Amino acid sequence: MPVTTIASRDIHVDGEGFLTNYDEWDPELAEQLAKQIGVDLTDRHWTAITFLREDYAARAETPGLRRVSHGAGIPTKELFTLFPKKPAKKMAYIAGLPKPQGCV
Amino acid sequence: MRRLLVLGAGTAGTTVVNKLRRRLPRSQWRVTVVEATDRHYYQPGYLFLPFGGYTPAQVAKPVRKLITRGVDLIRGRVDRVILAENRVLLHDGRSLPYDYLVIATGVSPRPDQTPGMLDGGQWRRSIFDFYTFDGALALAKALDNFDAGRLVVHITDMPIKCPVAPLEFAFLAEDFFGRRGTRDKIELTYATPLPGAFTKPIAAARLGTMLDERNIALESDFLVERVDDTALVSYDDRRVPFDLLVTVPLNMGAEYVARSGLGDELNLVPVDRGTLLARLGQRFRHRRRQRHPHVEGRLGRAFRGRGLHHQLPCVRLRAADDRPIRRARQLLRRVRPR
Ligand SMILES: Cc1cc2nc3c(=O)[nH]c(=O)nc-3n(C[C@H](O)[C@H](O)[C@H](O)COP(=O)(O)OP(=O)(O)OC[C@H]3O[C@@H](n4cnc5c(N)ncnc54)[C@H](O)[C@@H]3O)c2cc1C
Repeated sequence: MPVTTIASRDIHVDGEGFLTNYDEWDPELAEQLAKQIGVDLTDRHWTAITFLREDYAARAETPGLRRVSHGAGIPTKELFTLFPKKPAKKMAYIAGLPKPQGCV
Repeated sequence: MRRLLVLGAGTAGTTVVNKLRRRLPRSQWRVTVVEATDRHYYQPGYLFLPFGGYTPAQVAKPVRKLITRGVDLIRGRVDRVILAENRVLLHDGRSLPYDYLVIATGVSPRPDQTPGMLDGGQWRRSIFDFYTFDGALALAKALDNFDAGRLVVHITDMPIKCPVAPLEFAFLAEDFFGRRGTRDKIELTYATPLPGAFTKPIAAARLGTMLDERNIALESDFLVERVDDTALVSYDDRRVPFDLLVTVPLNMGAEYVARSGLGDELNLVPVDRGTLLARLGQRFRHRRRQRHPHVEGRLGRAFRGRGLHHQLPCVRLRAADDRPIRRARQLLRRVRPR
C-alpha cells in the first residue's frame, strides 16, 4: 500500500488515494482531502461525512448514495450539489473510507 | 423436536432446505419452507426469454418438485417475523413457530420507486424489465416489433441480483438485431450508475472495449432521478431519450422485512459476511474490530449479485451447519487471482 503525506502526516492510501486505514482519519485530515478535490466543507457536508463514518463503523461497507441520503436525511439531488459529479466517490474519499464497490 | 423455518423457496431457500434436510436427523428436526408462489423460476433464464432462446416452460417448474421429501412446504405469503416470540405470521393468519430461522425471500424489481417509471404511462408500452417472468415475456413481444430507433439498456441503482445480466442483455440484443438485419437502424445505449460498464480493473482492461466494438454508447455515472415520458433524467440533469427502454428497476427485499424491523433502506437484512448471521440491533456492533476483510471480500464475491450475503441472512444457522460457508471460502481461495 502506498503511503502519502497529507498535513505532514503519513497516511496509507490505495492506488486512487482512498485511505486504507479507518483510524488514520480525523476531521482535520478531511478538510485537507476535501480541498484536494475542490470541495469546501460546510455543516451540510459534515452531516453526510459523519453519517458515512458511523455507517462504515457499523456495517464495514462504504454506503452508496441512496443509503447516505436516507440515513443522513439529505436528498440525493442535494448530495449532487454538495459533492458535484461523483458524489458517492467524493464523499468516501473525504470520509477516509474505501471507494464504493463496483461489481462487474 | 427442533424447528428450522425457511422463508422463500427460491435459489437460496431451496438449497438450504434440501441440504440441511439430509444432514439434520428427522427424529430431531422439523424442516419447513414457506413460499408465496407455486412456481420456482429459473431467473438466469429471463435473459434468454426475450430473444426466444428459452420457452416459458423451461424456466418455470413446480416448487414442490424441487423440494426434498421430508421438508414441509407451506404455500403462503409472509406477513411479519415476530423475533421476540420466535414466530412468523403469514398473511392468511397462520402462525409458524421456529427455533432457527432463515430469511431467503430475495429481492424483486421495484419500478414504483423511480418517479415516472411505473406511473408515467409508458410501463410495458415502451418501458420493460427482464428481471421478472412477466416482464421478460412482455419484452419478447416488444423486441419482436422493434425494428428501428433508440434502445436504452439501463440499471437504476446497485446492488442488483445479477450485476452482469444487463451487460449480457445489451450484447444479446446487439446480436439479435444483427441476425434480424436491423442493427444499423437501431441506436444502442448502455446507461449505468457505475463509473463504467466494467469496473473491476482486470475486467475493465480486458473487456473494456467490448461496447465500443459493438457500437454501443455508454452513459456512465448515470443515476436516474425520474423518467420523463420517454427520457431518463439523471440527478445531474442528463437526459437519455429512448424509444424502447429495458431497465433494471431498483432491487428491494420483501416488505415484511421492513415491517418486522429487520431491514435497511432497501429492505435487506444486514448480516455478518463471514457467517451470514443477521446483525440484529446493537448485538453485533462490538464485532466491528474483529472484521476479517479478506474473508468478507471473498465471500462477497462468491455469490453473484453482491447481494446474496444480504439476501440470505440466517438467524443462528451457523450453529446448525457452517460447512457450506467454509466450502465457499475454500473454493474462492483457489480461484482468487494472485
Ligand atoms: C435476469 C437474471 C439473470 C441472472 N443470472 C444469473 C447467473 O447467470 N448466475 C447466477 O448465479 N445468478 C444469476 N441471477 C441471480 C439469481 O437468480 C439470484 O441471485 C437468486 O435467485 C437469489 O436467490 P434467492 O433465493 O435469494 O431469491 P429468489 O430466488 O428470488 O427467491 C426468493 C423466493 O422468495 C419468495 N418470496 C418473496 N417474498 C415472499 C413472501 N413475503 N412470502 C413468501 N415467499 C416470498 C419468492 O416467491 C421467491 O420464490 C440472475 C438473476 C436475474 C434476474
